Amino acid sequence: MQFMLLFSRQGKLRLQKWYVPLSDKERKKISRDLVQTILARKPKMCSFLEWRDLKIVYKRYASLYFCCAVEDQDNELITLEIIHRYVELLDKYFGSVCELDIIFNFEKAYFILDEFLLGGEAQETSKKNVLKAIEQADLLQEVHTHIFSTTLIFLKKKYNPGPL
Amino acid sequence: MSDVVEKTLTALPSLLSLDSQPGSAKLSSTSKLGNLIRGITELTSKHEEEKLIQRELTSIKDQVSSPNTSMRQMKELMVRAIYCEMLGYEASFSYIHAIKLAQQGSVLDKRVGYLAVSLFLNESHELLLLLVNTVLKDLQSTNLIEVCMALTVVSQMFPKDMIPAILPLVEDKLNHPKEIIRRKAVLALYKFYLIAPNQVQHIHNKFRKALCDKDPGVMTASLHIYLQLIKENSEGYKDLTASFVTILKQVVGGKLPMDFNYHSVPAPWLQIQLLRILSLLGKNDQSTSEIMYEVLDESLRRAEMNHNITYAILYECVKCIYTIQPKSELLEKAAKCIGNFVLSPKINLKYLGLKALTYVVQQDPKLALQHQMTIIECLDHPDLIIKRETLELLFRITNGQNVTVIVEKMLDFLRISKDDYTTIDLVGKVAELAEKYAPDNEWFIETMNTVFSLGGDMMQPDIPNSFLKLLSEGFDSDEEDRKLRLFAVDSYVSLLQSEPNKLPQRFLQVISWVLGEYSHLSAELEPATVMTLLSKLLDLKHTSSETKSWVLMAMTKLCEGGVAISVAQDIYETHSSSMDTVLRQRAQELQHLSQDSELRGRVLPRDAGLMPLEVDSSLSFLDGFVSEALAAGAAPYKPPHQRQEELAQAKALSLEPYSLSLPISMSSCSIADRQSPTLMSMSSGLSGDSTDLSHKGGSTTLKLDGVKRVWGREGYLAQREPVEETAQVEVPSPLRSPSQQAEADSTQSQTPTPTVTPELEQDKQQLASSLFVGLGSQSSVCLMGKSDPTPQRFRRKAQGRASSSGASEKTPTSLGSTPSPVDNLLCNSLLDSNLVSEPTNQTPQASQSLDTTNGNCHEELTDVKENNPSLIHNNEEPDKPKDLCLSSHLPTELSGLSHSEITPLCSNQSVNLSACHVQKEDSLQLVIFIFNSSDSALQQMQLQVDSGELKLSLITDSPVEEVRSHSVAVCHYSVTVKRPSVHVEVLGMLSYQLPGGTPQTIQFSHKLPLTTFIRPLTLSTEEYGSMWLAFSQDTKQNLTLINDDQDPLTTTLNVLKKKLQLHVVEIIGVEGIVACQLVQDQPCLMHCRVHAGTLAVWLRSPVPDLPDCLLYHCQRALQEH
Repeated sequence: MQFMLLFSRQGKLRLQKWYVPLSDKERKKISRDLVQTILARKPKMCSFLEWRDLKIVYKRYASLYFCCAVEDQDNELITLEIIHRYVELLDKYFGSVCELDIIFNFEKAYFILDEFLLGGEAQETSKKNVLKAIEQADLLQEVHTHIFSTTLIFLKKKYNPGPL
Repeated sequence: MSDVVEKTLTALPSLLSLDSQPGSAKLSSTSKLGNLIRGITELTSKHEEEKLIQRELTSIKDQVSSPNTSMRQMKELMVRAIYCEMLGYEASFSYIHAIKLAQQGSVLDKRVGYLAVSLFLNESHELLLLLVNTVLKDLQSTNLIEVCMALTVVSQMFPKDMIPAILPLVEDKLNHPKEIIRRKAVLALYKFYLIAPNQVQHIHNKFRKALCDKDPGVMTASLHIYLQLIKENSEGYKDLTASFVTILKQVVGGKLPMDFNYHSVPAPWLQIQLLRILSLLGKNDQSTSEIMYEVLDESLRRAEMNHNITYAILYECVKCIYTIQPKSELLEKAAKCIGNFVLSPKINLKYLGLKALTYVVQQDPKLALQHQMTIIECLDHPDLIIKRETLELLFRITNGQNVTVIVEKMLDFLRISKDDYTTIDLVGKVAELAEKYAPDNEWFIETMNTVFSLGGDMMQPDIPNSFLKLLSEGFDSDEEDRKLRLFAVDSYVSLLQSEPNKLPQRFLQVISWVLGEYSHLSAELEPATVMTLLSKLLDLKHTSSETKSWVLMAMTKLCEGGVAISVAQDIYETHSSSMDTVLRQRAQELQHLSQDSELRGRVLPRDAGLMPLEVDSSLSFLDGFVSEALAAGAAPYKPPHQRQEELAQAKALSLEPYSLSLPISMSSCSIADRQSPTLMSMSSGLSGDSTDLSHKGGSTTLKLDGVKRVWGREGYLAQREPVEETAQVEVPSPLRSPSQQAEADSTQSQTPTPTVTPELEQDKQQLASSLFVGLGSQSSVCLMGKSDPTPQRFRRKAQGRASSSGASEKTPTSLGSTPSPVDNLLCNSLLDSNLVSEPTNQTPQASQSLDTTNGNCHEELTDVKENNPSLIHNNEEPDKPKDLCLSSHLPTELSGLSHSEITPLCSNQSVNLSACHVQKEDSLQLVIFIFNSSDSALQQMQLQVDSGELKLSLITDSPVEEVRSHSVAVCHYSVTVKRPSVHVEVLGMLSYQLPGGTPQTIQFSHKLPLTTFIRPLTLSTEEYGSMWLAFSQDTKQNLTLINDDQDPLTTTLNVLKKKLQLHVVEIIGVEGIVACQLVQDQPCLMHCRVHAGTLAVWLRSPVPDLPDCLLYHCQRALQEH
């Protein structure tokens, strides 16, 4: 996998992970291009895109788009399932995850991603193991999460965008 | 995992107590991120957001640089900085603090520090060097979480040059009791392998251990490495096929823990990875393929559930089945599978079905026939990606009969596509099809017109180049050529008459060239008319100056007759004062040649396109100029890489670490030694040598070492297809038979311009019949009857033709000294292709010839050996008793030194010649003994020796002219190597006269192995390092390792040292560096590494061929051992 982007329906980037060395400028150009292209696509359309010499696999969950770039010979369907497994992991970790969870705890989302995918390859596909690894590191940060959750509860009530 | 928990829990109290103190501060700071996010969501304009973020960044900047900021606060600041960067605002000031946080923070701060580093920096960022120490420290930590964090960051990015520093630690982690650590370590090694494969060569056996790990996660991780290794060299891993098959069988059979299930499918990621590996292993290998048939069948059978994940596995299975050696049963099942994909209502599956079809259609065109109606539907799918994939499929099944329909479909797509990448790709494909299968001239020219118009200026430059080449070179029939050109001229004239301002520059250039070259073919077309049309192009605003010079060139060819000359005059006046020097020159040329039609006829002969022009690619006509310049004191030419190397060498302080792969400790060298005068002079002598020699050897190509770079700074570096087909033999092609012509015509007439509406099933049927006509049959009609069974790019074909017609560039239009743009364009492409193709063509030959010489040498060596004993031990032969005491005749200066065995060279009834050599430090001393076995004196004796590879100089004061009966004369030579070769040979001839007899001659040859010229080269590691970088000739190979000892490397190197007189500079771990020189002052460096039971050696030298020759002798030395 070359990179993964999460962005909202409004085109706001929520998470970006680059597994290939690219300059800041290129990263910005790529994400701008892709966000535009994907947002312009209709819901019934194919989840795969050819983009330059890469294959883009994307999927929308509620208000959030998950988008991965893989090489042409890679298996698009399994990439789609990688996205899904990541969403499952987020869901399990946050408990019916919504976009706000990811906005306010984006570093957590990154930690989970790093336990799941490493250097662009699926590292651990067992849901249990990924979460175990995260929770161990998290034990240290318990206090933190509490503070976050209070803000979150407030915000969830205010916007209530529904679960992913 | 419980260990981790325990450790963590014990760490908790202290951490919590830390937390409790600044609790309130923390609350406010965390809500800062919340405030920021909330603030942003409430904003309405981009401008406001910018202002807010700038304010935020300023405040972050102030805080991070304040000494009072605690690590805890720093962590919070980093999170905010990451957030700002994600929104697209630069926060580069925080990068260094991210590294600091990773370094100094407590465990939980560290985690954010590492995360920030991995998000902020990419692996080429210089700040990453600062992270090395932190990683080193954390890898040694007893806290598992810290180790995990370090491994996680290492697997994502690490400076390539620093890998040796942490490699041993990462390797250790492969034996860690915790599977999560082992897994991460394997992935870190995978990353190292990707960015610097040389560095991890020696741990391949550890990869095998990881493959056999009891934890499925670790095993899965190791498959990433294996996939990569097998991609690069599938031959080396065939033995693992059975293991992979067994693993897949177990996975498919549900033997893995339930944890690994994904939607009740067992470990799908693992399955897919294994299938990909198997397909690589089974490709073109019947016996390996057979091992996997059963498990593939089982995988197909088990994947029945209706879920994306099973389809993903099925798709990979199908790909594998079609990649490996075919088995009909499996192919049938796979085909059915593809059918299910194609027919699926789910668009993603349909897409994959098309993709699979595209993949298999060349093997099995009938499969496309089965699904023709679906394909037709997909052709009009609202989703462009489906359409695009369908066109790709159609492209693969194009033949002479369906080409018009398919190309039309592709052009339709091009008209609506807005994506540059797709346009470039598709335009290339249309041009390829048009050139290969064009049914007639009109269609061809019109299609190419559309290609040029749609492709615009972003299309590959070789498309117009090869189109022009095609036009100018013509085909078998002159009449056909004329018609084609005429049609092109007519079509271009009408294009220029309508709307020339809409045409892209490249197209205008093509038009100008064709009109300049061929408009005379049209009887009713006056040159002046064409001139006027062309001159309008010059006035267009958007016409580039490159196009203008093409136009002016075309006009120069056309200016004939009163009106044309007056147009030329006008043009000259407008452009003679142009700011563009090229245009000014073209205008001048136009002016002069229009005045002098005789000169024009000579400079720009009509129809010169067919005359091959001799191209002196060695530029030998410049030799005089070069030698003059050299005589006048100019510096000799050095190829760019040579200059760079010398530049690197000339640096007072070379801080570059030695090569790629030794531990860093070596790079921290003291440079003082380099200043010693002897070494300096030697190295300068070396650089001179290497220029000359590498020049003579002609191998000035840049040698890239084994690092295969898939990723560059620009991202993925697409692999270029090797240009190997250049040397293709041109098969004289049969002319198109009238019946075929008729058939093609009828197909065309049957097909109305396809405007298919989905409602009309009939239309679809018709389209289908025109699309799939002739599918599966091999008959293919292409332009001008050239048939070409395999799909092949136009340019390659053109190159093939070019090379067959000799040195082939047409520069018919060039004006002597300055090449016109046309020529530039054509010439460049041709030169490029030559440059690319030459090395690929020659290498196999070269290596072959080396092989054969090696073979010869081998035999000769054994011959010599067989002869030697007979000389030393069995000299009972009565007539040669004197041989034994030949050694006493050795010249006095050599008498104390040990000499080689005395070898007989040749003999006749009156004279015996033998030779021996003595190895001196700076040369080889060759002594030839002439023993007069006759009863009378030899007179007027003259000995001539010569060698292509060696330089021989006579040391004996005066040549011996007479040898008394039964006595010995000695000729003593000092020998050095001019040109290394595995075996060097001295050819000699002795002429003499017996009293009263006629002059006689006797010839001999004497072979010397190169080893006799090799001397140890004593130098320090630092000197070695700097020399290594300066040498351009290199070669690599694996040698057998002598494995009878505890330390195979040292033993092996000692054998080499003893047998070949090499100097072992240093041995560090599994690597050793060795140096030697060929007398005199021709060094060769050798880098050895033990890897997978063999000795990987890499030799470098400034002298061409020396590494190869030395390698040969190393091989022999080790075999003999």
